Amino acid sequence: MKIVIIKYNAGNIRSVDFALQRLGVNALITDDHDEIRSADRVIFPGVGEASTTMSYLKNHRLDTLICDLKQPVLGVCLGLQLMCAHSEEGDTACLGIFPEQVKKFVISPDHPAMFKIPHMGWNSISGLKSPLFRDISEEDYFYFVHSYYATTGSDTAAICNYLVPFSAALQRDNFYATQFHPEKSGKTGATILTNFLNLKV
Amino acid sequence: MLAKRIIPCLDIRDGQTVKGVNFVNIINVGDPVELGKLYAEQGADELVFLDITATHEGRKTFVELVRRIAKNLDIPFTVGGGISEIRDAEALLAAGADKISINSSAVRNPQLINDLARNFGSQFVVVAIDAREMNDHWTVTVNGGRIPTEKELFSWAKEAENRGAGEILFTSMNHDGTKNGFANKELAKLSENLTIPLIASGGAGTMEHFADVFTEGKADAGLAASIFHFREIAIPDLKHYLRGRGICVR
Repeated sequence: MKIVIIKYNAGNIRSVDFALQRLGVNALITDDHDEIRSADRVIFPGVGEASTTMSYLKNHRLDTLICDLKQPVLGVCLGLQLMCAHSEEGDTACLGIFPEQVKKFVISPDHPAMFKIPHMGWNSISGLKSPLFRDISEEDYFYFVHSYYATTGSDTAAICNYLVPFSAALQRDNFYATQFHPEKSGKTGATILTNFLNLKV
Repeated sequence: MLAKRIIPCLDIRDGQTVKGVNFVNIINVGDPVELGKLYAEQGADELVFLDITATHEGRKTFVELVRRIAKNLDIPFTVGGGISEIRDAEALLAAGADKISINSSAVRNPQLINDLARNFGSQFVVVAIDAREMNDHWTVTVNGGRIPTEKELFSWAKEAENRGAGEILFTSMNHDGTKNGFANKELAKLSENLTIPLIASGGAGTMEHFADVFTEGKADAGLAASIFHFREIAIPDLKHYLRGRGICVR
């Protein structure tokens, strides 16, 4: 199985590669269009700023390429947000694979000290609706680090509650995405990655 | 619900853990990777690796170690010690660190916080503050608490947040090593004044101290070193206890 991690100007791409290696799987990290198109699985990870990253994707014509992919694609963190319709971060149009909007977490003055931004740490998720969540229960925790979130909507495959209910995962056709970091979420995260690799096409 | 985090801290010198001698059941007790994996399996939510090496050779060893940690560990980790320039941080990010922690270098050059946040994002930047209370005044100290500075704890923490820090790690030098509990009053005040997460450090001695730091201290995470290394508290027991006290843990 050929697995490609899309290389672009975002941080933390290496940690997804390391997580796959722990599962005994080797991935190719590349921005080469032919390599990406010919992969069996494509992973679109990343930590960074939405508008500058969208410009980078457009300049490298990776935006249309990603939208046209037919094999299973997994977006992680910023990857999920870039697959939505629009992000408030730098007020940018995104790839529009999912109709959901990306908004900034806002703490109103009446919220107690328990709410901080970024949403950082381990949180549970509910309303699990995707083959990604095979063998995962609502008792399990996943590692999140983000200051922007995707709204809930028709493609929401898991919900997390932090200040507001938001999309912890999204899925439409062959496109999958998680706001949390499966590569940093211990054994439960490894299960998500395994489920993605084992998806029936 | 967002879980309160338990974070063991490992001191590293020349690529080896300084404490951790009591772990008799693992093959190489001195290897930070083995110790880190053990903590991760026991349910640690994050790890901090603090490089206390002074030499240039030791520094290179540490970057290599960070790469090995990143390959082997499946939970997030922060690395600190000796980061005073963008390129130090860059090397650690490239090696696979999730976050870096800066302390004395941020006090000496506060602009470093802005520069790191702009280059790598706030989520990557933890500002560690060591402070000591004298006559009701909390003075920020550097060089492991040895040198007092002009800065005051609460205003410095807020300034660090405004400059782009993603998290504050506060160690009370009055409480550190005492095992009498965390500086809960000051932690609560910090937590209420900050909009970014707060990690409490210094004073952990019992499981009850962790319950207190999450309730009275309003901290988002609790960090400790020796009580975990010397097996005075096992992480699974601690999590079980906190759950029983109605505190959300993973």
